[in-house]
Amino acid sequence: MAVIMLHMNAITKRFPGVVANAGIDFDLRTGEIHALLGENGSGKSTLMSILAGLYRQDEGEIIFKGRRVDFRSPRDAIGAGIGMVHQHFKLVETFTVADNILLGDKRAAFFLNRSKSEASIEGLSARYGLQINPRAKIWQLSVGEKQRVEIVKMLYRGSEVLILDEPTAVLTPREAGELFNNLRRMTGGGRSVIVITHKLQEVMEIADRVTVLRAGRAVATLERDELSERKLAWLMVGRDVVVQHKKEPVHSSNIILDLYNVSALNDQSRPGLEDVSLNIRGGEILGMAGVAGNGQRELAEVIAGLRPVTRGAITIEGRDITNRTPREIIAAGVSHIPEDRLGTGLIPGLGAVDNLILKEYRQPSLARGPLIDWKRARADAERLVDRFNVLLTSLDAPVKFLSGGNLQKLLLAREISACPKLIVAVYPVRGLDIGAMQAVHQLLLEQRSRGAAILLISEDLDEIFKLSDRIGVLYEGRLTGFLPAEHADLEEIGLLMMGSKWTDDMEEQPNDISFTARVTHLL
Amino acid sequence: MTTDILIAILATAVTAGTPILFAALGEILAERSGVLNLGVEGMMLVGAISGFVIGVKTANPWLGLIMAMVAGGSMAMIHAFLCVSLKANQVVSGLALTLFGIGLSGYLGKAMIGVPLPQPFQTVNLPVLSDLPFIGPVFFQHDPLVYLSFLLVPALWALIFKTRAGLNMRAVGENPATADSMGINVFLTRYIYVIAGGMLAGIGGAYLSLAYVPSWMENMTAGRGWIAVALVIFATWNPLSALWGAYIFGGIDALGFRLQALDVMISPYFLKMLPYLFTIAVLILVTRKNLVNRIGSPKSLGVPYDREER
Amino acid sequence: MTSLLQHGLPICFEKRLAPSRSAVFIVPVLSVILALLTGGVALALSGKDPLAVYYIMFSRAFGSTYGLSETAVRAIPLLLAGLGVALAFRMQLWNIGGEGQLFMGAIAAGWVALSFPQAPAWVLLPAMFAAGGLAGGLWAFLPSIPRAYLGVNEIITTLMLNYVAILTLDYLVYGPWRDPGGYNFPLSAPFGAGAILPAFGDTRIHAGLLFGLIIAVIFYIVIYRSRWGYEIRVIGESPAAARYAGINIPRNIMLVMFVSGAICGLAGMAEVSGVIHRMQPGISAGYGYTAIIIAWLAKLNPFAIILVAFLFGGLQVGGFIAQTSGVPAAMVAMLQGSLLFFVLGGEILLKYRVRWRTRTVGGG
Repeated sequence: MAVIMLHMNAITKRFPGVVANAGIDFDLRTGEIHALLGENGSGKSTLMSILAGLYRQDEGEIIFKGRRVDFRSPRDAIGAGIGMVHQHFKLVETFTVADNILLGDKRAAFFLNRSKSEASIEGLSARYGLQINPRAKIWQLSVGEKQRVEIVKMLYRGSEVLILDEPTAVLTPREAGELFNNLRRMTGGGRSVIVITHKLQEVMEIADRVTVLRAGRAVATLERDELSERKLAWLMVGRDVVVQHKKEPVHSSNIILDLYNVSALNDQSRPGLEDVSLNIRGGEILGMAGVAGNGQRELAEVIAGLRPVTRGAITIEGRDITNRTPREIIAAGVSHIPEDRLGTGLIPGLGAVDNLILKEYRQPSLARGPLIDWKRARADAERLVDRFNVLLTSLDAPVKFLSGGNLQKLLLAREISACPKLIVAVYPVRGLDIGAMQAVHQLLLEQRSRGAAILLISEDLDEIFKLSDRIGVLYEGRLTGFLPAEHADLEEIGLLMMGSKWTDDMEEQPNDISFTARVTHLL
Repeated sequence: MTTDILIAILATAVTAGTPILFAALGEILAERSGVLNLGVEGMMLVGAISGFVIGVKTANPWLGLIMAMVAGGSMAMIHAFLCVSLKANQVVSGLALTLFGIGLSGYLGKAMIGVPLPQPFQTVNLPVLSDLPFIGPVFFQHDPLVYLSFLLVPALWALIFKTRAGLNMRAVGENPATADSMGINVFLTRYIYVIAGGMLAGIGGAYLSLAYVPSWMENMTAGRGWIAVALVIFATWNPLSALWGAYIFGGIDALGFRLQALDVMISPYFLKMLPYLFTIAVLILVTRKNLVNRIGSPKSLGVPYDREER
Repeated sequence: MTSLLQHGLPICFEKRLAPSRSAVFIVPVLSVILALLTGGVALALSGKDPLAVYYIMFSRAFGSTYGLSETAVRAIPLLLAGLGVALAFRMQLWNIGGEGQLFMGAIAAGWVALSFPQAPAWVLLPAMFAAGGLAGGLWAFLPSIPRAYLGVNEIITTLMLNYVAILTLDYLVYGPWRDPGGYNFPLSAPFGAGAILPAFGDTRIHAGLLFGLIIAVIFYIVIYRSRWGYEIRVIGESPAAARYAGINIPRNIMLVMFVSGAICGLAGMAEVSGVIHRMQPGISAGYGYTAIIIAWLAKLNPFAIILVAFLFGGLQVGGFIAQTSGVPAAMVAMLQGSLLFFVLGGEILLKYRVRWRTRTVGGG
């Protein structure tokens, strides 16, 4: 077993202003599942992007199966037998599964023989238990299915090393369990798997070995029997981690947001949200869990007035806002932190002042006849930037040059300064580093203390558990259940995320989830 | 007697539609690979004049045709360089190409106004087929370029939908980052199809100056390049639909022409407006229909590909 | 081929973290020089001495009071149409119909002038102004409706309407408006004295210049200072953000297109009322198209449009003069087109820093 298949020696990669990888050594054995653990920004994705041919290292060398290799593009890496499944899938939505798998395959004949390739894809997917229909169009598939397509695509190319970037981020616990079983089956066949992750439980669950990265350096490589969560956490963060943000109990007040049997269509004009009823009181955070694509975006958009409600009613403090314009809903005291920060929440090409007045420019306080009182707008902007610690080069430089954390702080500054009654936050910390993540969470908790109602939509269960007072779960556009946060456990939530009606068949579900996770409040 | 008129109108519809068809086929290739080229009008004009100049100099329309392809392809190469390599705004670059093409063709063509073409493309009756009743005179009593377009339509359809190259082309137009990750050279693919599109637009222009008219007039395309761009949307980026779409547009053109000859009491200026008004009407109807049927342009149409922004 | 296209240049582009300030000025200047070089090559190839041709062009356009005044006359419709299309471009609305809107503005103004030949100027000129603006505005408003509600490509529809507008004028001057005393030329009767915009001194520069300058100032204030202008900028930069903030996009599309067309319509009104003084075919030397180049070259900044329109006016006067020495007038159109290419290509310098390629650079 202990045959070394791949060596990465002293890999260094610099980007303007940062050293992403500083002399990292990494090796991979044949037939192992090797976890690459680290926080966001620790350099793990960069290291694997170098291995997959997306970037080239500035220094260091890669030895694969005894030969020094030099990948100039992903094609070179795939050709050599190294395939990567990215967090954002590289699939053409309008193509069939088979066409996606065939794409760029040099072995295919000039005139495509679709029935033949479909048959061979079916054979391959059956062998590894990765069920997919080669004739389905990608846009019809669930996120989990898309991931299977990506894996089959790499197997079809004969990948011996499979790199998976945060593969469970988009899966339910049960789907994650299935994925791990399939990965096991692959390593049994002599392939090796690298899993990039920042989740400790996952590492404990599947890894044969772990390499921990911190701030661009490899701090340790551990064998399976050396692992403990506490040790890994310490290696990953570099200090002992304490539970933070003790939530103070807030006396929740009257109901702010009320949805009654709300339905809406998704972008494909199919039912995207069905009969959703919920309410949130002032001073309460309702966490909405669920695998992305199960109605989260639709839920946020119907509340913000960006998507028509086909049935049902929405009220804010008893006032009907169903199918009102976004402008009226903003005026009713609703703030919305959209999934797409830069492009929807913020205007990339405009400066901070222009961005900060996006919702206030109509207010009489900023008006001078038909003109805007720019002096005042600028003064307000300076104050907000200061208060929310947004790092800017200038108030007029286009905000597209800001980092993710600063973008989110700018967006929150605008949304919170309006003293909203309701905040709809969609994936508010996605892609942020630890510092920015904590700042965002702190701001949301402050708003809770102030008495705002908050709908927190997230795919990160840790985040949901940490912040929420109550937890709801969305599955295929329906609410499958509500749990008070203190009584919820991950297993239950996981079942709800797969669509179980929690009262009826909760007991009947066989406890076959290999993912024996529990909630850790490590981070 | 009325059948004769109908046949004549339909036969004219085919020849009048052919330049639009060539240009639209070219634009389909460019747009399928994700590059919007609004320079079709300019490429057609430059193709028309360069083909005509060589046609006059050599008395060989085939050499003129080759020159038109080279000219159209070179024009398209400017667009490809600006939009693919330098990531310039595709709308503005295409407009620049059209304006430049109008200027360049006018400049080159100054000495060619009123010059007769010694040897235009001649009508060749296809054996057997041209003797078919009705179908024969409508489709098979034309010049060789019309027959070339008959071959080109199924060939391009097969290329786009049935081959590996077509799969790559469409992937580049839909999702270049994915295509890139699967080892397809996005830049090269876009260059190839933009330039091929320019060559076809060049043929479309040369069809006017070497077969349809045949002579050189300033701005002789009279908006056909733009109609071709509209036709691409009408055809939902499919060469087969472009074929009959082009003949409908040609038919409107021919109809105006015929009505004028028949001394109908409508001002010829209004008849000349028909193709333009028809284009607008069709565009509105088709956009509506495509919206309902969820048929869209290639996802990355008009968006330059930047590897760093993956 | 791969490496030639992707990595073949001995330079590489490095993304700038902020747009370069110096490049904003260097790019247009360099583009003008390169375009003149390109034109020079074309002239040399057709056996002309480029320096001599350019000398004649520039000395006639800018070297005398008369030349400068003629340049200003040509600049007026370019300025107005340039401002018109620039307003639409600000919102990423590609109004390519400036030419047709200019024609419709001219037709409506001409209709007023020809219908009331005896009316005094204080009645007629405001009426022509209003009619010209309204007609141009409506001509742009029509295609904006399907654009706003169905997303119908406005580039094609506005462009198609150019041909319709031009044919409409042809129909009128070859038909109902033809002057019976005009020896069968396609000309209308000359306008009455009340329909003619006053000129400055004994030049041909007319009051249309004031329209242009005033509209440029209003344009600036609206775009950068007003709530409406703020909405236009937000929509132009990011329609999704505009929708998110509750800005009414369809209404703004129609409004902006109307105003854009109205300004282009005024260009047509000013041209027939200030320069031509009657209706005839070919009232525009492609001003509506040249306006697109001017707007882009000026980066949609109204004050820069004044400057660029003046330069392009000079180019047109120079081109007219050069015709007398056997250079086709189309040379000017070619120069303008190639100028736009260089400006577009040069824009990469605003976004990227050019570096000589060194050995170790990887990726792309």
